[in-house]
Amino acid sequence: MPAIMIENLSKKFDDVVAVDNISFSVEEGEIFGLLGPNGAGKTTTISMLATMLKPTSGKAFVNGFDISKNQDDVRKSIGIVFQDQSLDEELTAYENMDFHGRLYRIPKEIREKKIHELLKLVGLEYRKDDLVKTFSGGMKRRLEIARGLLHEPKVLFLDEPTLGLDSQTRNHIWQYVKKLNEEKKITIILTTHYMEEADRLCHRVAIMDKGKIIALNAPDKLKEALGGDIITIESSDIDKLDASLKQLPWIKTTIKHDNNLTINLRNAEKHVVDIVKVSEKCGAVITSLSIRKPTLEDVFLHFTGKTIREEEASIKDNMRLRFRMRR
Amino acid sequence: MDVIYTIWLRNIKRYLRSKSRIIGSLGLPIFFLLFIGFGLNSMVNIPGMEQSYVRFIVPGLVAMSVLSTSIFSGIQIIWDKQFGFLKETLVAPVSRTEIMLGQTLGGATIAFIQGTITLVISLFIGVSAASLSGFLIAFLFMILTGVCFTALGIAIASKMEDMHGFQLIMNFVIFPIFGLSGAIFPISSLPPWLKNITLLDPLTYGVEGIRYGLLGTSYIDPLIGGLVLGTIAVFMIIFGAYLFRKIKI
Repeated sequence: MPAIMIENLSKKFDDVVAVDNISFSVEEGEIFGLLGPNGAGKTTTISMLATMLKPTSGKAFVNGFDISKNQDDVRKSIGIVFQDQSLDEELTAYENMDFHGRLYRIPKEIREKKIHELLKLVGLEYRKDDLVKTFSGGMKRRLEIARGLLHEPKVLFLDEPTLGLDSQTRNHIWQYVKKLNEEKKITIILTTHYMEEADRLCHRVAIMDKGKIIALNAPDKLKEALGGDIITIESSDIDKLDASLKQLPWIKTTIKHDNNLTINLRNAEKHVVDIVKVSEKCGAVITSLSIRKPTLEDVFLHFTGKTIREEEASIKDNMRLRFRMRR
Repeated sequence: MDVIYTIWLRNIKRYLRSKSRIIGSLGLPIFFLLFIGFGLNSMVNIPGMEQSYVRFIVPGLVAMSVLSTSIFSGIQIIWDKQFGFLKETLVAPVSRTEIMLGQTLGGATIAFIQGTITLVISLFIGVSAASLSGFLIAFLFMILTGVCFTALGIAIASKMEDMHGFQLIMNFVIFPIFGLSGAIFPISSLPPWLKNITLLDPLTYGVEGIRYGLLGTSYIDPLIGGLVLGTIAVFMIIFGAYLFRKIKI
């Protein structure tokens, strides 16, 4: 039985389709990443799986429980760390954990033992009796992860767990996540828009854009599918360059965006010289050129024709436009 | 039961930790007692009552502490919504009715404590003590009043998005309820149309009940008052729970 099974799930808010007919499943013990720009529908998807939002249509099962029919069973079997902080800052770390344990009806002796164990796991045991409002952002996050694990969920949802944290703390948190997955065999579903972090951590990723899943596979396979290497060229006349380069048989695909031309090809090192020659012939001056291995960013670019940052900007513009129209 | 206790406990812990809240909400009743109570003491004679004016308004001010504390305890849910903590509670495998009941009992307990502090302070200022049974009657009415208005606070909070409506509540909920309740004037001497309005105000029954407990006399029979207030409290809980169940986050 897969940990999560989603069939044609959709969610509409008024006239906006936040999640558009998605289907996929997550195997037990997997670390599964939902990637994409802000507003792609990642959080909405997680909210539905966690029974916080009712789907408009479609079905989903978490640990075999229907999210629409067996809400309590779903809730008991999952842990969740929300994108926005959800601690009571006026309580101590221990009290926040204790509150959670009582809500999930964990018997006292087990509760106490587990709280100490988990606080130790996330390195907060020494601060257990301090008020949460004295904690740093990273400590709060770690406390939330520990709290999400208290009732021994089989599936843990992490919605942007590293947003707004410095890179060192981010690394720490990902280490904990990996350890949890390996030692406790917990299935982990995470969302992030730090693509390289997802790349390192996730067994499989689904890339979302505008409510749809546009690609789903192991990170390596997604990158491989682009074909070997990536060359990014900055040029005075990318249109002309693009037209000439497309004639070449060893170029798989080209994408124009901003003032850049991104080319997917194999054995880039061997072909650089040819590319420069072509550019001279057609009269497009190359101002910069870089060769690298593809990243998940490139996968996103390949499928949407935009970088994640461009996509986020356009989503923001759309929202602004809609807001203005409503007024 | 565990869940209700858990939510209750959190409310009490937070209350005991915020000294400013404890002291802040005592300010208004005490100023009322000093300025209005003593200020008008020599001028005002309550017909049919041998008590001095300052003694007359003590039950009203106790009720005022309970009223404001309980409404704001209910409204605390908006803070939980804004600071994200409500999500943590709502995603747990517990029913929203349980959460709401825990919040109501927590708020009512805090309101009861605040009311008792006001009462103790007014005892020091020179309002003589009632009998033990009198105190118990007053306590019972304080608790009922607390339950009633915490539930109302939760109902209001369930409909509010953020704290911008705060002033609105102060002006259009707490003040009218307090003003119409007969806390600072005897309802027996009102013109009939106004008297009927005061009888629609739940706090009137709270004030009258506390007054009966502390002073031994009241306009409304405490038994009837208790029944009416108890019924309103049950209704408010149902109303608050209904709206709370529909909260979206």
